[in-house]
Amino acid sequence: MATKNLLEAVRETLHDAMASDERVFIMGEDVGARGNVFLITAGFQEEFGRERIIDTPLAEASIIGVAIGAAMAGLRPIAEIQFADFIYPAFNQIVGEAAKTRYRSAGGNTCPLVIRTPYGGGVRGALSHSVSIEALFYHVPGLRVLAPSTPADAKGLLTSAIADEDPVLFLEHKRTYRLIKGEVPEGRYTVPIGKADIARAGKDLSVITYGLMRHFAVEAAEKIAAEGIDAEVVDLRSIRPMDRETIVASATKTRRVLVVHEDNKFGGVGAEISAAIAEEALFELDAPIKRLCGPDVPAMGYAKEYEEAFMPSPDRIADAMRELARF
Amino acid sequence: MKSEPKVRASLPEGLTPERLLEMYYYMVLTRTCDDRGFALNRQGKIPFAATCQGHEAIQVGAAFALRRGVDWLVPYYRDTCMALSFGVTPREQLMCLFARKGDIFSSGRQFPNHYSVPDRQIASISSIIAAHVTHAVGIALSIKMRKQPAVVLTSFGEGSTSEGEWHEALNFAGIHKVPIIFLCENNEYAISVHQSLQMGVKNVADRAAGYGFPGVICDGTDPVQSYETVRDAVERARSGGGPTLVEAKCYRAMSHTSDDNQLTYRTQDEIEAVKTRDPIPRFENWLKERGMLDDDTIAELKAKALRDVNDATDWAEAQEPPGERDLYTHVYGSGPLS
Repeated sequence: MATKNLLEAVRETLHDAMASDERVFIMGEDVGARGNVFLITAGFQEEFGRERIIDTPLAEASIIGVAIGAAMAGLRPIAEIQFADFIYPAFNQIVGEAAKTRYRSAGGNTCPLVIRTPYGGGVRGALSHSVSIEALFYHVPGLRVLAPSTPADAKGLLTSAIADEDPVLFLEHKRTYRLIKGEVPEGRYTVPIGKADIARAGKDLSVITYGLMRHFAVEAAEKIAAEGIDAEVVDLRSIRPMDRETIVASATKTRRVLVVHEDNKFGGVGAEISAAIAEEALFELDAPIKRLCGPDVPAMGYAKEYEEAFMPSPDRIADAMRELARF
Repeated sequence: MKSEPKVRASLPEGLTPERLLEMYYYMVLTRTCDDRGFALNRQGKIPFAATCQGHEAIQVGAAFALRRGVDWLVPYYRDTCMALSFGVTPREQLMCLFARKGDIFSSGRQFPNHYSVPDRQIASISSIIAAHVTHAVGIALSIKMRKQPAVVLTSFGEGSTSEGEWHEALNFAGIHKVPIIFLCENNEYAISVHQSLQMGVKNVADRAAGYGFPGVICDGTDPVQSYETVRDAVERARSGGGPTLVEAKCYRAMSHTSDDNQLTYRTQDEIEAVKTRDPIPRFENWLKERGMLDDDTIAELKAKALRDVNDATDWAEAQEPPGERDLYTHVYGSGPLS
């Protein structure tokens, strides 16, 4: 197995899908000549042609809307929203249209569509290049929302998403693109949608998280291991469907739960995780569920100080773990 | 006995006397279905009905300009006549009015007239105005990518042309010259709001200039002119010439839906005036003048339409409604709901 960063894993997966299935095509802003703003699709247009790597007009609703139509007609579009912050004009197409196509036609029309978008902070992206959008979409039946955190999972889940018969919102944390490296299996490789990963096994407390925070949580767990606290880290990978079984099993095992995400706390994914544990394992717990999340302000500002204050860090996660362990 | 023709003009290319009579029948059938929907609503048997009265001519003309089984239709919720003329049956239509489990469009999930007939290439739409126009462009893009001989026709009212997604769709289509016909059925009202409050231009067709393809206008109450206009646009699309925006000037003879009262925003005089433009008697006269139709045939066809719609009504009413378990099907192709 070769070691790659997350960006390379995404790139390789897209390339394999384009090469192996003529129905697959990519459309989005700057995906062609420029090869995507992070260079994920660099060289694709030369290799696959302008008909299959489409530089779209600057119009997000029609990027998704046109992709929906192509999907209904039997193709496998991969639509890119350049930054998650730009997805709002396409909200109707994703929530009102793609997610309901199968349901409203009683299975007559389907929408096998992948929407890829980079999200998250830690890159000085300011108010409009740093948001997390998962909570806005994971509420929606008919959609799948994935957020891999490792290169192998990015490959495995993106391959599964492209093969899926339903619309998938595929979230790539932009800080992980070049920061996170790992071994990636060669050839076709899938990770099942809806299965969490135990990133670190432990017995004293559970951290339930996803995305960049998985790596921060593992780092924090290693740090406090020296203090005699053995933390388990659960990486959801798939936000909808959510692996309640693994969440509840971990909570039941360690009896203490810390939920960590970068997205705003109020109404975030952590609320659903907490509710699942409260519904199924409340009396197994030795401490109240704790949440460490982005604050309830609109987004992280451009200044370094705003960004640092907004994002959970390994140190703050370690502090929250210590506090939970002491309860 | 057919009377001696008063007019001996040659028939439009692609239309034979048989096809013209078929067009006439679909208009009569649609009117019968439409009236039945409102009657069932007033009887309390169905919760909602939407009318296409005043739109029949453009709808039948457009459907006849397409090739069934080859071309795609992405219609909107006022296209009963277009759907019936493109292969939807009266029973299928009544099943959606009654919201039965066996309704092939949505299994009783959507409002009436939200068609989805995959085996006849009629694509599903929601009620969100103009969202489907982008989907139609995506279907046309797939046709172009796969070099298929098909075209797409998508339709909408003039109010739809205010939506951003409508502009995005036409802009994309103009760039990629996909095989599509954008058909605006301009009846001057978006529920209660007149065209003059939707746009600063006189004609929707004028907007085509902004997307780099032609915009044409036809009398949407004349089925033959409507057919010819759409046929030309279809030929253009099929031969690689790209999109056309067709604006069919028509009118809405009734309230927006069974839940609307047009007297709150339209005068009685205006309502009476539009009734004189009814496309059905107008087409009857056109056919009579050419010796293709007489009063006996009119009575016969209207009786047949009534029989068909009565049969469809009785049949659909007797069908099974959805059960509670049907709520949970077709959310995803596989896997858990959450």
